[in-house]
Amino acid sequence: MTQQDTVQDTAASDGQALLEIDDLTMAFGGVVALKNATLTINTGEIFALIGPNGAGKTTVFNVVTGVYRPTSGQVRFAGGRIDGMKRFRVTKGGVARTFQNIRLFHNMSALENVMVGADAHHRTGAIGAALGLPWHHREERRGRELAREMLDYVGIGDRAGDVAKNLPYGDQRRLEIARALATDPKLLLLDEPAAGMNPAEKQSLQALIRKIRDSGRTVLLIEHDMGLVMHISDRVAVLDFGELIAEGLPHEVQNNARVIEAYLGAASDAS
Amino acid sequence: MADKTKNKTENKTGNWALNKSRISQATGRLGAGLDTLRTWWDGAQVWQRYVVYLLLVVGALILPAPAIGSFMSPESDWTTILIHPIGTYVLLAMGLNVVVGQAGLLDLGYVAFFAIGGYSLAYFGTEYGWNFWATLVMGTMMTGVSGVILGAPTLRLRGDYLAIVTLGFGEIVRITASNTDEIGGARGITNIPHPPPIFGTEFALDPAPYYYLIVSVIVVVIIFAKRLEKSRVGRAWAAIREDEDAAELMGVPTFKFKLLAFATGAMIGGLAGTVWAGKVIFIEPNNFPFILSATILAAVVLGGQGNIPGVILGAFLIAWIPERLRFLAEYRILIFGAVLVLMMAVRPEGLLPSGRRRAELAEGTGGMGAMGAEVAGPTATDAAIPEARS
Repeated sequence: MTQQDTVQDTAASDGQALLEIDDLTMAFGGVVALKNATLTINTGEIFALIGPNGAGKTTVFNVVTGVYRPTSGQVRFAGGRIDGMKRFRVTKGGVARTFQNIRLFHNMSALENVMVGADAHHRTGAIGAALGLPWHHREERRGRELAREMLDYVGIGDRAGDVAKNLPYGDQRRLEIARALATDPKLLLLDEPAAGMNPAEKQSLQALIRKIRDSGRTVLLIEHDMGLVMHISDRVAVLDFGELIAEGLPHEVQNNARVIEAYLGAASDAS
Repeated sequence: MADKTKNKTENKTGNWALNKSRISQATGRLGAGLDTLRTWWDGAQVWQRYVVYLLLVVGALILPAPAIGSFMSPESDWTTILIHPIGTYVLLAMGLNVVVGQAGLLDLGYVAFFAIGGYSLAYFGTEYGWNFWATLVMGTMMTGVSGVILGAPTLRLRGDYLAIVTLGFGEIVRITASNTDEIGGARGITNIPHPPPIFGTEFALDPAPYYYLIVSVIVVVIIFAKRLEKSRVGRAWAAIREDEDAAELMGVPTFKFKLLAFATGAMIGGLAGTVWAGKVIFIEPNNFPFILSATILAAVVLGGQGNIPGVILGAFLIAWIPERLRFLAEYRILIFGAVLVLMMAVRPEGLLPSGRRRAELAEGTGGMGAMGAEVAGPTATDAAIPEARS
């Protein structure tokens, strides 16, 4: 948590497009959750996606991670198309996420939860495991070490043996981040990581997100806490009713008339 | 007159309540005992565990002793009972446990794999004169493949739908067997070869060698199953059981692992079928009714799904109780049913459940549906909205 006030310029220097969302439309029957959204996230930045509830933010996550196949448009990650790809392949390819409603494996220990993430790059199959072959043991050991490391990294190393659902709420959110990090993502998608956290927890979450970015990963963030968003984001995009209405630096977006309108409603004397 | 009847019923319900409380007290004590055992085991040292393993193996070796048999099964030959139903049920339950207990896929047609294993030995043994051991390998492989064949189109289904399809599969295999003359049709296949002698031990009428054979097979299966459970594979199965969508998004190829669970379970079932057919000489389609699938499922659930010792205990009881109750003649199944209902009523999580599985049951998801695992945070939305507006 030491990097808290060292604002890094790595974002600007890396600068290359990591995730490109190109003219993306996602319709569920008649409901259009996303309309022609185009967005580029660059390597090494913290990018925040904001907007009122139901604006389509989580839909973006779901399309990027392969949960939904887009109605039209493309998603490219590190140059290759990932829209419509199998979910686990997207994860192996370097995109990991957390969930708005925490979706841990509730009855597994914190360590086991993270080990599932670490397993994403393991190759031992049933035969290797059943026969107890040496590379299986090696992978298990490495996975366990990585999992412990990740739990320490997010600051809940002392809860490794606890069953996930017995962890306090904030720690569950951290555990989800650890599990996602264990898959070694280039791009980490955080879906409302600060929801339900108290101010102190939010402070340390903020430091954690910075730390993740500074370790060379790119972060795409959905968050309702404007203080947090404005404080840590390199760039911000605003969605409203499935459409991107603004994009830019935090303070630019903050003062954008359309954004204010989307959040507060149009002023009666606006025209 | 009306008063009298009323009194009577009250009296009856009173008695029943009294009995019930006594029963639940007794079972409560039993449950507590089992839980203490579990806690001790979880904290046991490695050497302590090996002592227990050793004792269990020794126990298994002396189990067929006539002294034990005279109590366990006074009416029929104890060693024979130990092979079938007890031994085969234990194997089948362990196989089904991989599918139901570990991966959380409800399979109601599991008997099909038992049948395929049995028919493999019967067919290749009688038609081609294949050796028992060669067919054991072959039969196990074949059931593994049949598991994949059943799984590939059906494992995209979840929960109830999967159960229905597997139920159909069990019936298809049985009906196909009874309508295919090539494998004896409804008459079945006779003169299935016994295993060849090993170390001078003949496999003939004496049931003892078969017992030791099946115990060896069970031990091997336990070792493999336990290793799988503790590995990446077991973790993937548990993750799928708890939240299939989240598992896939964490890089678990869920379809592949579900297929693997099916194939593994099928292979164990096939193994049981082959070993069993080598003992009985004669098999027919009626050996593989739906009720056997249901019985094995009952053994898994009763014993404690997801936990190998629990499942073995469950299978043992399910196979043994009806034999022990033989003196009740035709009432035995009635009593057996009552015992099952009672056990499930007082200990729904099973006799020796895995800790994790038990928690899932308490949660109400039962691990059968991935959707149940979604638990919203206590204040997620309340906290988020006002800040978004500020």
